[in-house]
Amino acid sequence: MNLLIHLTYLAPIVAAVGILLGLQPRRTATYAALIALVSALVVFLGYSRAQAGFQFESAIPLVPSWDLKFFVGVDGLSATLLLLTSIVELAAVWLAPTVESGENPYYACILLIAAGAAGAFASLDLFFFYAFHELALIPTFLMIGIWGLGNRQSVAWKITIYLSVGSIILLVGLIGLYLLPPPQARTFDIVKLQQLASTGAFAGSGSKSVFILLLIGFGILVSLFPFHTWAPQAYASAPVPVAMLHAGVLKKFGLYGLLRVALPMMPEAARHWAPLLLILLAGNLLYVGMATISQKQLDLTLGYSSVMHMGYIFLGIASYNVIGLNGAALLMLAHGLSIAALFAMCGEIRRQTGTVNYLDLGGLGTSMPTLCFIFGLATFASIGLPGFANFASELLIFFGAFKNSAPGAPLNEFQIVGTIALWGVVISTVYMLRAYRAIFMGERQARWQYVKDMPMNLGWAVILLVGALLVFGLLPRTVLDAVEPGIRLFAK
Amino acid sequence: MTMPPVLLELFVLALGIVMLVLESFAETRDRKVFAIIGIVGLALVFLFLQVSAPGPSGMVSYVMDWPAIFFKKVSVLTTIVVLIMSIDYADTITRFLPGRSPQSGLGEFFALPVLTCAGMMWMSSAIDFILIFVSLELVTISFYVLVAFMRRNAASLEAGVKYLILSALSTGFTVYGITWIYGVTQQTNLTQIQQVLPSVPLDNQPGLLFGALLVLVGLGFKIAAAPFQFWVPDVYQGAPTPITAFLSVGSKAVGFIVLLRVVLSFQSLPAVGDRLISAITFLAAVTLIYGNLAALPQTNFKRLLAYSSVGHAGYLLIAVAAIGARDSGLAVVVYLAAYLLMTLLSFLILVIVSTHSQGDDIVHFNGLGKRSPFLAFGLLVAMMSLAGVPLTAGFLGKFLVFKVAFETRQFFLIALGILTVGCGFYFYLKVVKAMYWQPAPPNVTAIPISRLSLVAMWVMVVLIFALGIFPQFATGLLPSTSP
Repeated sequence: MNLLIHLTYLAPIVAAVGILLGLQPRRTATYAALIALVSALVVFLGYSRAQAGFQFESAIPLVPSWDLKFFVGVDGLSATLLLLTSIVELAAVWLAPTVESGENPYYACILLIAAGAAGAFASLDLFFFYAFHELALIPTFLMIGIWGLGNRQSVAWKITIYLSVGSIILLVGLIGLYLLPPPQARTFDIVKLQQLASTGAFAGSGSKSVFILLLIGFGILVSLFPFHTWAPQAYASAPVPVAMLHAGVLKKFGLYGLLRVALPMMPEAARHWAPLLLILLAGNLLYVGMATISQKQLDLTLGYSSVMHMGYIFLGIASYNVIGLNGAALLMLAHGLSIAALFAMCGEIRRQTGTVNYLDLGGLGTSMPTLCFIFGLATFASIGLPGFANFASELLIFFGAFKNSAPGAPLNEFQIVGTIALWGVVISTVYMLRAYRAIFMGERQARWQYVKDMPMNLGWAVILLVGALLVFGLLPRTVLDAVEPGIRLFAK
Repeated sequence: MTMPPVLLELFVLALGIVMLVLESFAETRDRKVFAIIGIVGLALVFLFLQVSAPGPSGMVSYVMDWPAIFFKKVSVLTTIVVLIMSIDYADTITRFLPGRSPQSGLGEFFALPVLTCAGMMWMSSAIDFILIFVSLELVTISFYVLVAFMRRNAASLEAGVKYLILSALSTGFTVYGITWIYGVTQQTNLTQIQQVLPSVPLDNQPGLLFGALLVLVGLGFKIAAAPFQFWVPDVYQGAPTPITAFLSVGSKAVGFIVLLRVVLSFQSLPAVGDRLISAITFLAAVTLIYGNLAALPQTNFKRLLAYSSVGHAGYLLIAVAAIGARDSGLAVVVYLAAYLLMTLLSFLILVIVSTHSQGDDIVHFNGLGKRSPFLAFGLLVAMMSLAGVPLTAGFLGKFLVFKVAFETRQFFLIALGILTVGCGFYFYLKVVKAMYWQPAPPNVTAIPISRLSLVAMWVMVVLIFALGIFPQFATGLLPSTSP
């Protein structure tokens, strides 16, 4: 049973190698993604909420003198994210279009990106936690460079250099974290590190500088303002499966890292840097939000919106209380599902009409009614309407922000940014509904007469994503019950 | 198993001489046989090294410790791969060699690297300035011949002359430095120097520092550290490609073992030792900046690798500058092991591709992903490792370097390192871009690979991943944590 978790990242890696060696790409990839999804689902459902803590653990010691091992296991948060990874992975493989040349490397790259994310979420060892995430970097570079759209080459360079510099800053931060405790207590084991944290081993003066390194490193990976400029164009140019996996899953690695490593181990430093984080995330919400409104293409709108929505998650993280962090964790799942569905349908619109420019589109609603309907659902989810997981999580985040009231002060910085975040909902309503109107509303146009509704494979893929959104929106407790015990360990 | 000292070196020396003698009596034989003889002989030596354990050598100027064994292995392994490359490169060599028979001169081309290898093995064990100097000369003089081996190629001759003049100059610096150190301490043996140093009177310390800095200049030349790197691009580009690989791996590796031993023995006098460390910190910073920035605009793959070799010397110097940290010796050793694998792999593939497509610019790699997927995959692994992507050997090296730098609070070097790693991603991925993004030129065929090269390539690919995924192999390279 404990070994089941290994399938979530091993199945795609093995399948990728097999595909590179000549197996039939599409079928192999689908099976691998199915295996990963089933094992992630079993892990998610089998994770004992009553017992809490880390479960499904298994470890292979590698370097005893550094206490470095290959250590895998989940708590509620990582089980949730593993589930997200494998849902998006299956959807991405499912709807991947026919590739004329190089179908094998194409599918292998998709699987490797997903495997990198899954491995990072499953790792309980700092070394492999970091290493797995970087596994996705080169496949992303190749995918965007070879099969991307538009100005793909410069975009591929930009995302690769940006993310590699972010990763190396992160690496230095993690090394700093490893070196903070006294020499005999040093370990790469995240579980032991969290226990060490409760003894105050990270409370020294160095923790503030280590935390800011981690915040910048993780922040670049999550597209925290002002390190966000790599994201929108990369998502717009990337092939659809890559955009789904990157915006939906891989970007959550940085947030997961903050929740898993930075916050629990250095609570004082987190509080120290909270004002800075609040200013930056307000940039995400307002500045990037405004930038999103001004976009004239669906792919860029979605790219910018995914950057903007990171602001909410950062707000939950900055609040540093149970309710806000719960909301952040739930929104990671919800945003991953909704943005993946939106990118999937954006790709289909481009495939059929050849454009995603608002000025060229219009009146598609009658030609593709099912897509129009599901796109509407995903739009509402993205805005945060009740019924979808996004609503539940954003609500929790707002509560979390407002809960941080200082005695005596009428309005503190958390509440000010919380108010801004509330306006963020209005901003996202504006750009999402505008996009919806520009694409689907209006007279039926003669040049779209050959446009058909979406094909079966895409249909099932987005139904999987949007269905999951609805399930978790109506039953957020399934996630929150799993996540909360882990958060209660370090937050109040 | 403890080896009687010097036996292995003598064996390698004898192997080289036997190859030379046999060659002059074998008019009609295919000269490539000699390369095979060399490879088999060196493989035997490698097996012996694999089972040997450190022990007392019974000599004052020669040690047999873990670093010595490690660097001997590096020398032997590098020479084996260089010989494998030379077989593939033989046709290019003979094209530029005047001679009576089509293969005349080729035997020397296979024998000289073996002699160089003996010099490197001696250097790994040398703890006396005299022995260090003599083995250094054995290495360098064989390189003078090898670099200029293609006598009808102007670039090769130019490289030979440049290497000769600058190397001789650096040797002069080294000898002069040794005399200053001898003048102050009355010793040439590093262990003796270490013991004598604390009692050096204050007035003599500047002289000692001057001597140490001069030795540093000489070694800086060997390891291709800026600002002593001026020879690197031209010599690397002009020399026969297998020799370039030999220079960039072997010469650098033994340069670092000597540097480590010298710096370590000077730590017993902090007044001088600390200044030496500051000088190395300065060298590391300049080398990182120069190597990585100059690599950015390169379009020739050999020159790119030349500048990358300078850049990697910078990361290695960070580890040397962090000599106070517990794992700094390990960091140097692991980084060098990784560097050896990924650089030799790149050169091996470069030799195969360039002999086929008659050029070593990056554009000659266009579309390699479609033409020869396995070659392209090998080079992809090499480039990922050079750039420092996790789960490859190169990452583990960088990880350790950053770790020891953090432990000794070299924050300036860390900040520089972050920037240069970013640069590295750009210029290494330029090659990946050529292989996978660009279309292949028309009318090209798949590139034939000899079986030997194919085996060597896969062994190195597997080793790169093994070192990256199982760090315990790397820490096993140097069981005692400081050299």
